[in-house]
Amino acid sequence: MMDATKLPVVEILSLIDDGKLSSEELVKAYRAALEGDRASAKPLNAYVEFFDDAGDLARAADARRKAGERLPLLGVPFAVKDNISIAGRALTCASDILEGYTSPYSATVIERLVAAGAIPVGRTNMDEFAMGSSCEYSRYGATRNPFDRDRTPGGSSGGSAVAVAAGMAAFSLGSETGGSVRLPASFCGLYGLKPSYGRLSRYGLVAFGSSLDQIGICARTAGDAALILSVAAGRDDHDETSADAPVPGARLEALPRGLAGLRVAVPGEFSGIGTDPEVASAFERVISLFEKAGAAVERISFPLLKSCIALYYIIAPAEASSNLARFDGIRYGARVDGGKGLFSLYSVTRDRGFGPEVKRRIVVGNFVLSSGYVDAYYKKALAVRTLLVRELTGLFGRFDLLLSPTSPTPAFRIGEKVDDPVAMYLSDLCTTFANLAGVPALSIPAGATKSGLPIGVQIAGKLFSEPLLLGTAAALRGEGL
Amino acid sequence: MGIERAELIVGCEVHVQLLTKTKAFCACENRYGGIPNTRVCPTCLALPGALPRVNRELLDKSILAGLALNCTVASLTKFDRKNYMYPDLPKGYQISQFDMPICEGGWLDIDVSGTTKRIGIIRLHMEEDAGKNLHIDDRRSYVDFNRCGAPLAEIVSKPDIRSAEEASAYVQGIREVMRFIGVSECNMEEGSLRCDVNVNLHVTEGVGEFATPIAEIKNLNSFRSIRNAIAYEERRQLEEWKGKRVTLQMAGKQTRGWDDDRGVSVLQRTKEEASDYRYFPEPDLKPIVVTSAHVERIRAMLPELPRVMRARFEKDFGLTAYDAQVLTTSSSIAAYFDAAAAKSVDPKKAANWIQTEVLGVLNTQGITVDEFPVPPEDIAKLVDSVQSGINTISMAKDIFSRMINSNMSFDALMATRVQTRNADGSAIAAWVDEVLAANPKVVEDWKRGRKNAALWLMGQVMKKSGGTADAKLANAILERRLQALQ
Repeated sequence: MMDATKLPVVEILSLIDDGKLSSEELVKAYRAALEGDRASAKPLNAYVEFFDDAGDLARAADARRKAGERLPLLGVPFAVKDNISIAGRALTCASDILEGYTSPYSATVIERLVAAGAIPVGRTNMDEFAMGSSCEYSRYGATRNPFDRDRTPGGSSGGSAVAVAAGMAAFSLGSETGGSVRLPASFCGLYGLKPSYGRLSRYGLVAFGSSLDQIGICARTAGDAALILSVAAGRDDHDETSADAPVPGARLEALPRGLAGLRVAVPGEFSGIGTDPEVASAFERVISLFEKAGAAVERISFPLLKSCIALYYIIAPAEASSNLARFDGIRYGARVDGGKGLFSLYSVTRDRGFGPEVKRRIVVGNFVLSSGYVDAYYKKALAVRTLLVRELTGLFGRFDLLLSPTSPTPAFRIGEKVDDPVAMYLSDLCTTFANLAGVPALSIPAGATKSGLPIGVQIAGKLFSEPLLLGTAAALRGEGL
Repeated sequence: MGIERAELIVGCEVHVQLLTKTKAFCACENRYGGIPNTRVCPTCLALPGALPRVNRELLDKSILAGLALNCTVASLTKFDRKNYMYPDLPKGYQISQFDMPICEGGWLDIDVSGTTKRIGIIRLHMEEDAGKNLHIDDRRSYVDFNRCGAPLAEIVSKPDIRSAEEASAYVQGIREVMRFIGVSECNMEEGSLRCDVNVNLHVTEGVGEFATPIAEIKNLNSFRSIRNAIAYEERRQLEEWKGKRVTLQMAGKQTRGWDDDRGVSVLQRTKEEASDYRYFPEPDLKPIVVTSAHVERIRAMLPELPRVMRARFEKDFGLTAYDAQVLTTSSSIAAYFDAAAAKSVDPKKAANWIQTEVLGVLNTQGITVDEFPVPPEDIAKLVDSVQSGINTISMAKDIFSRMINSNMSFDALMATRVQTRNADGSAIAAWVDEVLAANPKVVEDWKRGRKNAALWLMGQVMKKSGGTADAKLANAILERRLQALQ
């Protein structure tokens, strides 16, 4: 039997169709990869749980296929970030505060993928409540980067990226609030899609910053991402903010993929920000690929992009402070009763249950919303956000794509930024604008450093332009990227 | 220098639970009581990842309520989060409306001691109810989330109220209108109407006028407690002013709870201890555009309101204020009377019949007017038949009970009687003679001027005929015979 663990979904499906591979064999191979890794000196720690019954589910999928059933993702195993609800499975958001909680319902996106035959095989590690850029702030410990185990995989969806990069899943779901899928995808050599706000239902995704959150996809190819998106996307009555926009097609061949004539903007604000020289040269190579293929690349100035980190670190914590109020020890999860009445139950439960970064953001969020400060911080941030949306809409009238590195640096070392919140926040420098404006963005693998660390570039487009982003990524691949 | 004047200033915040099929932001049934925690779902339990969605019936009933209170409906409205933690509030925030409520700027007219007063309404906004904490003993508390997420309209009055009586009349007026338009049961015992009052005094002392600190009194669950709490607070604030001379500017607003058993208000929170609710726009729900066509569609559903209806009943049908009040206690009774009155030659008689007979049956049988089998048109016919002499009162009562028991219409019952009606003058004359012969004492009474005696004799004639005699004819014959005896 071949090693199928690194194959893209599209190839897995054709092998299964041809009877050369079964879903059960594939799950067995992923589990073997995971177990082999667990026995190693520095385990990757991608999964917090690989489901015991994953093999049974795969066998059932094989039986359905044998019985003649045909579904778009029948038998394809995937990994799920531990902040997306799966009925009957534990859900922790890598936090002590959700100790013992099992979700009684599935996220809409999970329901759609399962209805299409895909098999959730496990829950992946993450920064607690998706707050972090390194996958270190977790009750389960840090996740390591498979390309250099002393480095982080990026976060917060680090476990989801590593599960795919290390051959333990065919694809994975992560979540994005400010770059949490794109950053780990770029650190792990994968395609990371942050869909348009509203493209995928948020129902069942544990809320962090509700106006920014989107479920994202980690995949080995642009074609895989297109296929998964076509299954998971679409209006959901459980989520009022989900969009009625037409769902993009599943077949990559149907996507727009000519690079000639594309108008590409490269904002100067994302260069000269401590950019690693190897990242800079990989990025220049992508620019020249665009130009060689007949795209018009223009270096522009877009000053508002500089404000995005500040905006993000006001708006996201504000919403988080409210979204995380439900973790009060009353109905589910951990409860530590301080023994001095209701207030001590709340404070001791939350003090023990939340880690330092989560507490930091709750405090900041409550501060920026509090009376006397709400005008200076939260309301001002909302006003600037409105301006950003307007200016980006204008930009995407003149350009098809905005191009930048996904991160100024390749994967950084474990422990390097964990005690310096501001340095950690700056990892999201190039990504948060897409969440703030709701536009789609895709991180594309663009080579590696001499030491073998993957580098990613990012393209963003106007609202609901995912077909253009995915088609462009496939075309770049065709040009030799 | 003494206090020349101390004017009581009161504003009311009334919470009305709306009669929607499902809760405000999820598909759980919206109903009172039940086994605890049986009407819950991921959304109203605030499980991780669950999201709200707006129940359109919440929007429409809120608009209807606002229109009934003469409010302007917003063309753009949105929801906000009101953040505070409490065990009965599972999300740790309440979905409410902050700066863009669905309705603003209305009024309600009330009648107090014979004069009409207009109370301004600042706003009506939509929000969700909390669950209920149940304290079993000192150590154990439970939470029932059945009520959690039930839709509420909060109606905030201007500080136009000047007495405990006015406050009570205002809340009763709100209740009457809300019930009349069918948006709420407004049952204070079940908590589907809840009221907080804001009370202070404007004290005139020499050349100065001073406002005492506003007290918001919560937990008023009867009209009696509304009146008592305001009266108590008026006395308390006056005493406090005399003693401490603390103004609103100095102390701000405080929250007090009403202790109904002891008849006192108790300080709960001062301004410094007040929560900071950190309102911000609810990102899970989209702002709602309300078109004028939508508002007009709902306005068309607005029934005639009870005050207007009472005035019309008094003017058009000659009803007393009391009768008009009784007949507008519910929209269905009012509609029933209105339909009967429209068909009757004497609406006042129809009003009397409905008040004594129909409402009597409803009371004894414990049914609503909608379940009452006799249509209002038949009440009109019945009343008119007495008026025209076709039926005596006692015959009409008999027909009334037969309509109820047999479900037959007035016309059908009359038709069966016509078939057997005896219009044979000689037969009737014979019964009349027999009755007169058998009751000489009554005849003597009649001769002495007791007109009721004739009615009694008429009844005996009808009884002798087994109810078959043509009442008009029998009456004429009896009249003639009696005149002859005179």
